[in-house]
Amino acid sequence: MNTALASLDVGDLACVRGSRLLFRNLYFKVEPGRALLIEGPNGAGKTSLLRLIAGFLAPAAGTIALHAGGNAVTEAEERGKHIGWFGHQDGLKPQLTAKENLSFFARLYGGNPAYVMPMLDWAGLLRAADFPVQYLSAGQKKRLALARLKLSNRSAWLLDEPFAALDAAGKKLVEQMLAEHCATGGIAVVATHEAISLEASKMTLGGNA
Amino acid sequence: MTALLSRDIRLSFRAGGGAMLALAFFASVAALVPLGIGPDLKLLARIAGGVLWIAASLAALLSLDRLFQADFEDGSLDLIALAPQSLEATAFAKIAAHWLTTGLPLTVLSPLLGLLFGLPPQAYPALMLSLLVGTPAISAIGAVGASLTLSIRRGGLILPLIVLPLLSPAVIFGAGAVLAVLDGLSNGALGLLAAFSLVAVVLAPFACAAGVRLNLAG
Repeated sequence: MNTALASLDVGDLACVRGSRLLFRNLYFKVEPGRALLIEGPNGAGKTSLLRLIAGFLAPAAGTIALHAGGNAVTEAEERGKHIGWFGHQDGLKPQLTAKENLSFFARLYGGNPAYVMPMLDWAGLLRAADFPVQYLSAGQKKRLALARLKLSNRSAWLLDEPFAALDAAGKKLVEQMLAEHCATGGIAVVATHEAISLEASKMTLGGNA
Repeated sequence: MTALLSRDIRLSFRAGGGAMLALAFFASVAALVPLGIGPDLKLLARIAGGVLWIAASLAALLSLDRLFQADFEDGSLDLIALAPQSLEATAFAKIAAHWLTTGLPLTVLSPLLGLLFGLPPQAYPALMLSLLVGTPAISAIGAVGASLTLSIRRGGLILPLIVLPLLSPAVIFGAGAVLAVLDGLSNGALGLLAAFSLVAVVLAPFACAAGVRLNLAG
């Protein structure tokens, strides 16, 4: 589905939240087809780093350069248009059904609505497709959010704790979709505490950065 | 943009959506006033425009605090902000959805409530027209307030303090348009109301987008 190559180049990045310095002098690169795992204790700034890359937060110092769709994108809001976001909140409307939730995002992101049912099938949610999301379990909601990420057709994925609440099969699903995404030249930055069976670089935030 | 519009409209008619709530609130406030004032038809007819306009403003406020806040709390706003369309277009779609589910139904309901006030027949067109052109301003200005308070818990309590003073021109011109008909005067209030509404609807999406950016970074 996704053919666009992407790469990420972060230089001398610093992040201040409130009046607290989370990290500084952060340099890293994510080459096309690579995944980067971000580890670190709670409060080290993993989520903040993802929000910086997505363009929600402005860095206190440093640069974030994303190459996507054949262009270098530095402007924060432009960068966001290449980001596939998987936050720790599910972003699903409890009153709408699984299918309605997914169809809405497919239309919003200019994706193909014909992929909605196959994606629900992929996530193992075909039988729950017409249930309001409020009746789904935490793991099923995560699966739905994963299906949405796949459907978003973006080349740079940012995932915040994707394994929380997922069962063993769900975890495999994440690893498999990450591997497929990277195989097409996309990149992924994943904040996680868990071991993951995927060829990926690792970076640890916190300590004395 | 149509994706967001149809989704917001659909949500407002589902459980806890608030469209029906606003309508019921509007009707109950407007129905209480004649009961409180007593059967002085002359007085009721004169205050009808003002009361309906105040009731409409308050009813629209009820559902405004969820306009951005609900999406912010469940993380939808992050995903919507990353969508291909600009935040300004997103804000405009949300304002339009809010108006279609509150302002427009209130306008349609208003003649029925006008009956409770013994409003003379010649005043109904002015009442409906004033609500039709004026309620978009309530949605637009309200959305600006909603975007500023979206990350505040119980932000709905601060929202009226920000929004109601800004709505006073709409209430003045809206009620004035109905009064002008009763007094047989030429009606300049409708034009001013339309101008106010137009400016609000054009500028509000930019202010909303700035408010959302500010809060997503917070």
